[in-house]
Amino acid sequence: MTTARKVVLRFPQRLVDKPILYRLAKDYDLKFNVLKASVTPKQEGVLVLELSGRKKSYEDAVHFLQETGVELQPLVQDVCRLEERCTHCGACVTICPVGAFTVDPSTRRVDFHRTRCIACELCIKACPVRAMEVRL
Amino acid sequence: MTKTIAEINEKIAKGQAVVVTAEEVVDLAKKKGAAKAAREVDVVTTGTFGPMCSSGAYFNLGHSKPRIKAGGGQVYINDVPAYTGIAAVDVFLGATAIPDDDPRNRAYPGEFNYGGGHVIEDLVAGKDVRLVISAYGTDCYPRRKLETWINLKDFNEAVLFNPRNAYQNYAVAVNTGDRTLHTYMGILKPRLGNANYSTAGQISPLFNDPYYMTIGIGTRIFLGGGIGYVVWNGTQHNPNVPRTEKGLPRRPAATLAVMGDLKQMSPRWLVGTSFTGYGATMTVGIGVPIPILSEEVLRYTLVTDKDIYAPVLDYSSAYPERSSDVMAEVTYAQLRSGKIKLEGKEVPAASLSSYSRGVEIANTLKEWIQKGEFLLTNPVAPLPGVDSGIAMKALEERPFDTDQESQGDSA
Repeated sequence: MTTARKVVLRFPQRLVDKPILYRLAKDYDLKFNVLKASVTPKQEGVLVLELSGRKKSYEDAVHFLQETGVELQPLVQDVCRLEERCTHCGACVTICPVGAFTVDPSTRRVDFHRTRCIACELCIKACPVRAMEVRL
Repeated sequence: MTKTIAEINEKIAKGQAVVVTAEEVVDLAKKKGAAKAAREVDVVTTGTFGPMCSSGAYFNLGHSKPRIKAGGGQVYINDVPAYTGIAAVDVFLGATAIPDDDPRNRAYPGEFNYGGGHVIEDLVAGKDVRLVISAYGTDCYPRRKLETWINLKDFNEAVLFNPRNAYQNYAVAVNTGDRTLHTYMGILKPRLGNANYSTAGQISPLFNDPYYMTIGIGTRIFLGGGIGYVVWNGTQHNPNVPRTEKGLPRRPAATLAVMGDLKQMSPRWLVGTSFTGYGATMTVGIGVPIPILSEEVLRYTLVTDKDIYAPVLDYSSAYPERSSDVMAEVTYAQLRSGKIKLEGKEVPAASLSSYSRGVEIANTLKEWIQKGEFLLTNPVAPLPGVDSGIAMKALEERPFDTDQESQGDSA
């Protein structure tokens, strides 16, 4: 059985220079896709990852991460669009860092690809009619 | 081939008028030729749906018992201040007004989540709003305080009155600086990170009648989902700017002042809008019918995005400093492709005006006319044109400490 989950990893300062993602791939055969990364030298690191692989390996990897001291949370924040409110102007399109909004060339409407969204929330303040919302 | 508006209206009344949108007319003329298309088509409909700050509404509140004189006092609707410097119970609410206790940009960038445009949207959505009046009290208007819920249907008159809408062309905003800017043209990323534009391009009303041959004072229009009128040229109306061979202005040019009965309008077409770090405003839907009085009028409606040039302005320096430096000119076809080339860099471009909703307006207006519900009007006066002698003035300051007399005619 396989699984794919979006998770937020917080690395305490002492772990920032350890090759932990490498272990996830090598020891647990998990595929990881970095959705967002921020590492502040001498402080902490935050990584938003999509992890996929065998369910058992995923669980073992979570155990390993917790043992090592990495704080792990599922990515529970979800950005969604209030469809009734969106006017399909396009203000979000160039603001989104991962291209989750695209303009359909035939209808000129803005499509929101939720699966690409990394919940960075940049679109929320960029939307002039406030059609983007964070749901917890 | 010439037609009159009276002849077109006769056909509309009989349900026989041929009405096409500004998109459709282009294909039709390609197929049949402009001369034939001009004979066949009676009306071309246009549309635009974008943020338009110079918008607002006035209301007659009705007289309370005992009476209160809001005029010269303070009026708040859902905490948003309205202008009271007119008669006792007439007030004007501007789209950009914000509550006194809004933090504004004190915590930069401010969010501006609720302002006058949002109040207008709530009203046309049929929601009750809170009206609070403070007055100084007079012999004939003794009351000093009034607080009540009120609904759009309770006002005697509720009139949308927008001093400047439907700009004929507008700047493309970019940022060459090193920090993110929060502007009325949206969030502009540093080092040419993005470019924002804001007209409906080829379907925009004034691009389809670039010399105002048919659009004038008294033109009946689609406004906010209801029926409105062009009542004057808009503020900053500036027709005499450089134009393309096809007569399209290459800079912001004409504007329209429009008004209409707010009670007929809808929250789909009047939407409270917030520009982070800038302020509150309202997105307004406008559609103008263009009567095809001649082949010449039709030819102007054949405009496409590749014909329209817009100036690119740097909002990190040129715009705030009011310099007239234009970085480049780009066509709407380039903008619509999603990227433009500036200083050798590919810059992603996005619109603040909704093209798809502009098309929806043009289609709605088309339906109204086809059903015979919307007749065209003859303008009672033209908009000032290219030869009007209008030249837009900037505010040149005259400090109070200079001697006024020395600046008179003799100077």
